[in-house]
Amino acid sequence: MDLSKLTIKEARRALDAKEYSALELSDAYLDAIAKKDKDIHAYLEVWVDSAREEAKKADAMIARAESQPLTGIPLAVKDNILIEGRIASSASKILEKYVASYDATVIKKLKEQGAVFLGRTNMDEFALGGSTENSAFSPTKNPHDTSRVPGGTSGGSTAAVAAGLALGALGSDTGGSVRQPSAFCGVVGMKPTYGAVSRYGLMAAASSLDQIGPVAKTIADARIIYDAIHGRDERDSTSLPDSTPAPVATRKKIGVPRAFLKEGMDPDMLKAYEDSLTSLTKEGYELIDVELPTLTYALAAYYIINPAEVSTNLARYDGVRYGLSMSAPTVGETYEKTRAAGFGPETRRRILVGTFVLSAGYADAYYRRARAVRELIREDFARVFKTVDVIAFPVSPVAPWKFGDKNDPVAMYAADIFTVPMNLAGVPGISIPAGSVERDGKKLPVGFQLVASHGGEETLFSIGEDVERAGN
Amino acid sequence: MADKVDVVALAKLARLEVTDEELAKLEKEIPAILAFVDTIQKAKVGKEAKSPALRNVMRADENPIESGTYTEKILAAAPARDGDRVAVKQVISRHKAKGIGQ
Repeated sequence: MDLSKLTIKEARRALDAKEYSALELSDAYLDAIAKKDKDIHAYLEVWVDSAREEAKKADAMIARAESQPLTGIPLAVKDNILIEGRIASSASKILEKYVASYDATVIKKLKEQGAVFLGRTNMDEFALGGSTENSAFSPTKNPHDTSRVPGGTSGGSTAAVAAGLALGALGSDTGGSVRQPSAFCGVVGMKPTYGAVSRYGLMAAASSLDQIGPVAKTIADARIIYDAIHGRDERDSTSLPDSTPAPVATRKKIGVPRAFLKEGMDPDMLKAYEDSLTSLTKEGYELIDVELPTLTYALAAYYIINPAEVSTNLARYDGVRYGLSMSAPTVGETYEKTRAAGFGPETRRRILVGTFVLSAGYADAYYRRARAVRELIREDFARVFKTVDVIAFPVSPVAPWKFGDKNDPVAMYAADIFTVPMNLAGVPGISIPAGSVERDGKKLPVGFQLVASHGGEETLFSIGEDVERAGN
Repeated sequence: MADKVDVVALAKLARLEVTDEELAKLEKEIPAILAFVDTIQKAKVGKEAKSPALRNVMRADENPIESGTYTEKILAAAPARDGDRVAVKQVISRHKAKGIGQ
């Protein structure tokens, strides 16, 4: 089997036809990881023994004709999603040895299907960043050019899928952390509607923005993973009630936010985006210029709300209940020393900025104002979706950069311009490989983003398949 | 807007020890980040910020789990234990100078 081309759909067919066993399939992936991952560093830990045991159980399910879409499918899991008995560190020194005491709801669902967990993947510490350079355990490399970043924060998950080191993966997307690394690595990644997938067992970064999402080679594969993990969960009070999925929008109208694309895009990245639009017109879609004027403030609102929630959520890492604990004479010093030793530079910056924007003198001017702007952004999207089925955005204004090229935190933040608005509005977005650009003689993938209204995942998959077809 | 940011005070509030070397860096970075988000001041928003339309419903506190079910699992993750409790250093001190508020 050619792991670089293999899809979940094809593996399902072959497993059910008994062309190879789930154990053989998992062994093929474990071998590939052993050979290739030293160059990519997608994984922080590989679970050879348990993966093989899970594969054997999957083979028994298949033998009993009880196979489900993900039975025996080898998957990778981002290091901020809990699996009982396994280390989950969020790529942070503060949780380097933390062993999860329960399964995340998404993991429970995947276990019920008999999926195989190959290992936990690298990420930016606590899902803060856009390149995996903020991992406390050294960055992941882009499989298309190992001198460049894979994107982030779910860069380990997307690099694993792109390099043929997992058939699919779970990531989490707070401001683009599934979509942007998917674009950089040339795979499909989706951020579902806020509340579609349970966050129970996902380490909270910014709770009102976080969503777990699938990473896969094709839209069909991403859909298989999404179908397996979504649904109401009593243990996540923000999860949405189960309802029949919104019907696929069929007006064949795609919104194009031209005014928003003007600044900061690499010319060839813009051209790749335009080429995708042109190919969609050939598929019978009508392009309609749309205006979302409040998106001008999206980055500002995001980089206020995100640190505010991060600083609040990360208060739990105090050296008392779990994780790293530095010995000190008083409890106050224990907090201060543990957090100083355990958190990396970007995490510390977010905590300090969050503390500032929530402080009594500044909360009105920053945090509350950002929340008001967030509501306006939400209204902007709702208005535009009255006239179009989806809105097409680029995923990133720039191609994957070289390690160290964006050392300035603000430069890194600015690259999130096309992904943060969806998290603020809670709407779903998908990144689909579409075209490529060249840097230093190497071809690098480009992602094309479709965004639908709340609950519009089926529309994203449907129109996404047209994008996928046009790109092939 | 925030022309002078007291990083030392913020670090104290955030319970984060900061070295002098790091402080010098942060005193440049934090104002730069705040300048980056300052465009928010130009947004035309009404006086009353609506609460975000996210669903978040308090669940009934039914406490269906029998006491002790997870005790060992949770304590296994704690840096220090004292019987069936997580060991915590004294929080309130009679000697003001040693308290966490200092």
